[in-house]
Amino acid sequence: MIAIYKRELRGYFTTPIGYIYLGAFFAISGFYWFAGSLLYGSSDLSLLFSTLFTISAFLAPVLTMRLFTEEKRNKTDQLLLTSPVSLTGLVAGKFLSALTVYTIGILITIAYQIVMSFYGTVQWSTYLGNLLGLFLLGAAILAIGMFLSSLTENQVIAAVGGFGVALLLLLVDSLGSSVGSPWLQKATTAISFYEQYAEFTMGLVNLPSVVFFASVVFLFGFLTVRVLEKRRWS
Amino acid sequence: MIEVQHLTKRYGGKLALDDLSFTVQEGEILGLLGPNGAGKSTTMNIVTGYLSASEGRVLVDGLDILEEPRKAKAKIGYLPEQPPLYPDMTVEEYLNFVWELKGARGNRKERLEQICGQVMLSDVTGRMIKNLSKGYKQRVGLAQALIGDPTVLILDEPTVGLDPKQITEIRELIRSLAQRHTVVFSSHILTEVQAVCDRVVVISAGKKVADDTPAGLAASMSGGRGMNLTVEGDPQQVVELLSAIEGMESVERLDEEEPGVWAYRLLAGPGYDLRREVFHALADKGMPMLSFGRQNLSLEEIFLQLTEDEISEEGGETA
Repeated sequence: MIAIYKRELRGYFTTPIGYIYLGAFFAISGFYWFAGSLLYGSSDLSLLFSTLFTISAFLAPVLTMRLFTEEKRNKTDQLLLTSPVSLTGLVAGKFLSALTVYTIGILITIAYQIVMSFYGTVQWSTYLGNLLGLFLLGAAILAIGMFLSSLTENQVIAAVGGFGVALLLLLVDSLGSSVGSPWLQKATTAISFYEQYAEFTMGLVNLPSVVFFASVVFLFGFLTVRVLEKRRWS
Repeated sequence: MIEVQHLTKRYGGKLALDDLSFTVQEGEILGLLGPNGAGKSTTMNIVTGYLSASEGRVLVDGLDILEEPRKAKAKIGYLPEQPPLYPDMTVEEYLNFVWELKGARGNRKERLEQICGQVMLSDVTGRMIKNLSKGYKQRVGLAQALIGDPTVLILDEPTVGLDPKQITEIRELIRSLAQRHTVVFSSHILTEVQAVCDRVVVISAGKKVADDTPAGLAASMSGGRGMNLTVEGDPQQVVELLSAIEGMESVERLDEEEPGVWAYRLLAGPGYDLRREVFHALADKGMPMLSFGRQNLSLEEIFLQLTEDEISEEGGETA
């Protein structure tokens, strides 16, 4: 697992993908930080963190699109699957490498906070809640993206599938409220990522929300293992 | 060392392997021979645990590849048909990655250097894999298979796409590897199998059609039954005379090679050695035999014969 983790992590930075992802993330988050906080002299990062929901949802598939597609194209999956490594270890190594790059991205917000702390009081506890929320959200989206990449041999399909999921996550919220059926509204709220995430942006670390995102990670991690397992039999 | 028992593999409705069984002894070089699409790669993918068989099982050193995959896989070094390489890594990075992936033990630097020397890679270790020639990529693939000191090496068409010099080198290498490893390698080139293997399993359309030593295969197929000779004298009389010998299967008159001298091809029935009888029959009638030769089928002919039988049988079934 560690070997795979290390190889994947290096892969992000020997190809342009890691740099493009981090560059885009820093640029967009920097813009919202500037426009939402710095410009108004407000140390409140809540606007930044609520837009980061959308940004993360749309950028994360870039990190996961090649996780399994490239292995199939290079036929290197034959090496991985015939090595004395468990499928769970393989999937976990890949997932953690994507999560590491994602985490490097969101840690930039610490720099924003430090800058703000020179000009006013900063609510570190609220900020840490936000950061944890963003981390968990990313983990869940990356797990879904990884699952999608295990289904296809084509990076573009994996990425577009990831964007589709991101879009769906955003639309689910408005669907419930616009349809007006209380039953449907309840159902969409239950699966809404934003509802869970919003708790964190208010500085609340809510156990059910943590469990929610963790469950998504384990569910899609498990499904990825099953996809790899099934391919042997087909 | 390897036991393949009643493997059957279906891809959808297509039968890729049909009740295939064979065993490989320790220290043996086994050649898996068959035309393209016969099921060689599928067999190897199942033996290494990349694919699962629809029926049947594989034991590597007594370990079932499905029930104890990690232990069994640790005993196997596999070079698939297309070497599993990451183009963006250097050879050194790649081999270090495989070392860690397989959890190999021992002095890493020393052992990797030794392997690189063995497969003649030492001068390219710093280069990116994507910039290597096909022959070098194949060697990196082979080096990868050797990491972790596997007792069994499975090599899927290791010489495809190489130039003649490289082919000879790889063959030499395989032979030298057999001193420390049990080797299974596949090929559709007969001379290669003949040159390298202790034993050959011929596969056609997913079935085993022969399992023997290269020499034994040739012997059992022709067994010295074919004879070529030239005789001076009336061809009709010669044909009558030779056909009358007990056990003679066919007598064929070929061309007139010199005035009054004709060439013949004889085929004895299975289990008969009729060389002496042919000599005496002709000598008794005072007909001079001017040349005599035994005809052994080449492995090529045997191979075609074996695989064609299979195909015509199948054609018969569907018709």
